Amino acid sequence: MSRDLGDIVREVEVVITAGSGGVGKTTSSAALAVAAARAGRRVVVVTIDPAKRLADALGLGSGGLGDAPTIIEGPWPGELWAAMLDTRATFDALIRREAPPEQAEQIIANRFYLNIADSLSGTQEYMAAEKLHELHGDGRFDLVVVDTPPSRNALDFIEAPHTLTRFLDHRLYRLLVAPTRRVGRALGAAASAFVKSVSSVAGGVVVQDAIDFFRAFDGLEDGFRQRAREVSALLRDERTAVVLVTSPRREAIDEAAWFARALRESGLGVDGVVVNRMQPRPVDGPPDRFTTLAGAHPGSDLATLCGVLVDQCDAADRENAMLDALLHEVGDVAPTLVPELRRDVRDLSGLEEVADHLVAD
Amino acid sequence: MDPALFFAASRLVIVAGKGGVGKTTVSGVLARASARAGRAATILEVDGKSGLPGLFDADPLRYEPSELGDGVRGRALTADDALLEYLADHGLDRVSRRLVKSGALEVVSTAAPGIEDILILGKVKQLEVAAGDELLVLDAPAAGHAISFLRAPSALLDTVGGGPIHTQATEALAMLGDPARSRVVLVTVPEETPVNELVETAYRLEDEVGVALGPIIVNGVQHTSGVPDTDPREAAAAVGITLSDEDVDALTRAAEFGRARAALQQEQLDRLATALPLPQIHLPELSALTLGPAEVEVLADALLAGLAGLEVTA
Repeated sequence: MSRDLGDIVREVEVVITAGSGGVGKTTSSAALAVAAARAGRRVVVVTIDPAKRLADALGLGSGGLGDAPTIIEGPWPGELWAAMLDTRATFDALIRREAPPEQAEQIIANRFYLNIADSLSGTQEYMAAEKLHELHGDGRFDLVVVDTPPSRNALDFIEAPHTLTRFLDHRLYRLLVAPTRRVGRALGAAASAFVKSVSSVAGGVVVQDAIDFFRAFDGLEDGFRQRAREVSALLRDERTAVVLVTSPRREAIDEAAWFARALRESGLGVDGVVVNRMQPRPVDGPPDRFTTLAGAHPGSDLATLCGVLVDQCDAADRENAMLDALLHEVGDVAPTLVPELRRDVRDLSGLEEVADHLVAD
Repeated sequence: MDPALFFAASRLVIVAGKGGVGKTTVSGVLARASARAGRAATILEVDGKSGLPGLFDADPLRYEPSELGDGVRGRALTADDALLEYLADHGLDRVSRRLVKSGALEVVSTAAPGIEDILILGKVKQLEVAAGDELLVLDAPAAGHAISFLRAPSALLDTVGGGPIHTQATEALAMLGDPARSRVVLVTVPEETPVNELVETAYRLEDEVGVALGPIIVNGVQHTSGVPDTDPREAAAAVGITLSDEDVDALTRAAEFGRARAALQQEQLDRLATALPLPQIHLPELSALTLGPAEVEVLADALLAGLAGLEVTA
């Protein structure tokens, strides 16, 4: 028997929400955090989405939410905190924590590092994993809710620690870095042939920058490897729950199904499914009598009104049929359905309303 | 405007938008509409998984082009393949074996992730130069990544001093900056967050990449007009019948929901029009559970009609 969302927000230490864009994922993450705070937990919700949507949902506006967790006051026994991922700041902080001061400054000033840390794809996911690690170890919180980027990148997020380990274990990295320990600055013969090959393609400067970066990194691998192992283990731990968020749109369902499969393949399961924006079905059972009415009085307002009702029944049925395809992928997890709300969620009371739908008291 | 003019305006159309808005569907529809307007099209897939074969009832895409539909071909570009091909073309077979088979590319791109993007964009550029009469439709990565993908050339130019990667980056940048060679078509759905992100992406693409933007494609637009304001009880009386209270309630709920949804959708479309001075083309929400070749034709009809309704701009 799988846990429901109420069990999840009460019991686990990490919740990762995943799904494609535009399905209300950020709102769901914040609402799950509200539900956890209501259950008495000290929860921090962190968004790694650059669109600052969590700030909007929390009514803080852009610029109101920073890298450091901010407490959100509300009528609950627990504590609700929120933070936004600042990739660069997180990376700098990580380097400063892991490296002696002089070495840290050398790395942070490296051109290659600047390029990596600033905006190139992949770093954000890695830093999100790092932020998760940091907050999970922070005594102020007993639950971390991570709102991941849209689904493909969310998988990068889960893979991020592994990518780094693979990188550190790679022959090329060892070729470039290892010799410095034994023979000072000179590269081994095998390495220099290799560097020549790479230089011929990527350009000599990029390779030299990279070598400088790797060398500046020298001695830090074990710390990073250790952290990567910890994050990787945490993600696959019982203490972590993955909640898939989707809407009944065809494209969103396809993405969610793809993601559920990818999660399974990478050794994580799906612990919860939230389906936002379910259309209401105006009547239970078949709407046949309305179809008949419309047919009996063609061209009338009554016929149009009946047509609207029948269309909505069809649409609701179609949504349920589409959901079946997703539920097939996630095993025995019962979906939590959230009806289409009349207004967009922009403030705390809106979040509390969503929390009511996600977790019944 | 004449749709044929639209498809002739550049050799490459980059389709971008956040995940889940139907970007791949729109790529397929654009390609098919182009073919119907007389210009055969090849869709370039760069995101790994693709819904394109399903859309056309075809086999999975490969690096080499394959047929998807009438006048439509598709291919899946990967950085590894692009690099191997590039090196082979430049007589560097031995290097290529070494680089790719040892997994060095993976390491290099972990260190500088933009390099993979450059390799793919370099390949796109090569295809664009050789495209001739054919239209290339690039199904770009999802929005956030699309910006770093398209920004990769300028980002890397600062880092890479010389060599083939530098050349590739420079040439890709020239292609992106020339509206006669490439345009971006942004895709969204008529909902608040996707509209916000589209507006942000549009400005960033213009400012940071300098690429020209074509019309916006709004996918999944629901047909919402015509919920009469008449009270169901009165509507029933007008045709001489009496409804049960339960049925009146059901009809009232349905009408209220229909009107509310129509108003929300219209609000988003208006907001989009105010925020971005770009024409919009609306594609209808289809009722089919899965999209296939028949649905592509229906959407291509709507796209061609939308293009025909655009005013020709200078």
